[in-house]
Amino acid sequence: MRIAPRTTQAIAKGLLLTATASAVGALVFVVGFVLAGGLRHVSWSFLTEPILDMGRAGGIFPAIVGTLLMVLVSVGIAAPLGIASAIYLAEYTREGRLTQTIRFGINCLAGVPSIIFGLFGFILFVNILGLGWSVLSGGLSLAAMILPTVIRTAEEALRSVPTSYRDVAASLGATRWQVVTKSVLPYAIPGILTGVILGIGRSIEETAVVIFTAGSAVQTPTSVFDSARTMAVHFYILAREGISNENAYATAAVLICTILIINTTAYTLMHRLMRGRRAA
Amino acid sequence: MEAITARGLNVYYGGFHAIKDVTVSVAPRRITSLIGPSGCGKSTLLRTFNRMNDLIAGVRVTGDVEIFGRPLYGEDVHSLRRRVGMVFQRPNPFPLSVYDNVAHGPRVHGTTNGKELDEIVARSLSAVGLWETLKDRLREIALSLSGEQQQRLCFARLLAVQPEVLLMDEPCSALDPISTTRVEELMQELKKDYTIVIVTHNMQQAARVSEDCGFMLLGELVEFGRTDSIFTKPSDRRTEDYITGRYG
Ligand SMILES: Nc1ncnc2c1ncn2[C@@H]1O[C@H](COP(=O)(O)OP(=O)(O)OP(=O)(O)O)[C@@H](O)[C@H]1O
Ligand SMILES: [Mg+2]
Repeated sequence: MRIAPRTTQAIAKGLLLTATASAVGALVFVVGFVLAGGLRHVSWSFLTEPILDMGRAGGIFPAIVGTLLMVLVSVGIAAPLGIASAIYLAEYTREGRLTQTIRFGINCLAGVPSIIFGLFGFILFVNILGLGWSVLSGGLSLAAMILPTVIRTAEEALRSVPTSYRDVAASLGATRWQVVTKSVLPYAIPGILTGVILGIGRSIEETAVVIFTAGSAVQTPTSVFDSARTMAVHFYILAREGISNENAYATAAVLICTILIINTTAYTLMHRLMRGRRAA
Repeated sequence: MEAITARGLNVYYGGFHAIKDVTVSVAPRRITSLIGPSGCGKSTLLRTFNRMNDLIAGVRVTGDVEIFGRPLYGEDVHSLRRRVGMVFQRPNPFPLSVYDNVAHGPRVHGTTNGKELDEIVARSLSAVGLWETLKDRLREIALSLSGEQQQRLCFARLLAVQPEVLLMDEPCSALDPISTTRVEELMQELKKDYTIVIVTHNMQQAARVSEDCGFMLLGELVEFGRTDSIFTKPSDRRTEDYITGRYG
């Protein structure tokens, strides 16, 4: 029996729509659930007060600071390093044994479970380098964890810039560096930023790595050498040890809002940047 | 002085011998065309003159080439490419404004003064006959222009860095016949100030626009001379076969 093309079309459309709807639906449900359970416990004092009695009382100010610092350190290290590596791979080397090996390594690293990076950071940064449990150790370990993602997305973004841009720029007498900075990077920035945003997200939500390398101090860190906990870690501890369900939900709600804010800002910035360049 | 002279030029893509012992000299302020069947090495020869082939892995060039008396490999490749510019087959403006496209080269070479850039942009657009149409649309994105305008813009972008030689690889092949005629007229204008070497698949075009013409076959420059004599009394049998259409 043959199915009429129109029928196949309708079935395919229906299936795809269902798939999309369930994905979006699940997301909305989870986010909604957490926000509904948590937001009503969030108040100004919850955001600005210290963590008291292991989290039973007080707020999550130290965890907010810890999160922001940790993300700043990890992305501050991983973004420049990752983008530089991607530029090297995509623009400065010819495809060969070496680049294939590097790329293979990066892909392997991208698949390594985060706890391994935690262990690695604990051994290298905390112990061998003597940085102790600190924001710096945590940030460095998180940087190692997100680096493969940043490199991969940035390299892909660079490679998707048409070769003709490079040819034209080179034919006008631009040096390799000028070609890259003036005629390739600007067009790859949206893709590169997407990778960086993914990295930010993974740093924010990570718990295993942070517990291993930054500890879980409840004090507000005043420098990168202090131990600190992130919101994700705080949430994890509150929930796992049954300290306070209310505060766990509230922390989760703040965490989700933070991620939403960062993503929205980043994408708005990106669009403004693109439009700005077009018009300029 | 000759604009381009090549003696015993060979180009290899890895093991593949793409240009075989080519000796040629290109006169200044004239249009020289290169014709020949697909894959005979026209683009390769053209790209040798501004060392664009060097960007391809495994390319090897031997022999002597001089651009206005200066050896091809005797100077910094970036200043060479500035003197010997290129227009590509497909119009390929950057996805930027008209202004930024033309200003791209000068900026790369260190011109940052706004007024100076304005002048360069105006001069370059005038030289390609776009100034009147586009002077009020300089901020418009270049991709919104017609194919012909885009290709003219690419000419302007090149002229902005003040080259001496313009290499053109089938510059009209993506244009309609009317646009082609107008771009050919532009070339006639430009040859007063520049030396032009054009690769074309279109023999009528070669006959129409060029003073000198070279016929290539399988990497060899079979015949080189005045265009009219190549087309009316070719001295090589293979040239005759090609221009009379007996070749593929
Ligand atoms: N990057 C490359 N690597 C290897 N071989 C190449 C490369 N580019 C061109 N060739 C080969 O060199 C020969 C000449 O190519 P070229 O592009 O110069 O020919 P052409 O005369 O411009 O052809 P067309 O009229 O189709 O543009 C061809 O046989 C081609 O296959
Ligand atoms: Mg060609």
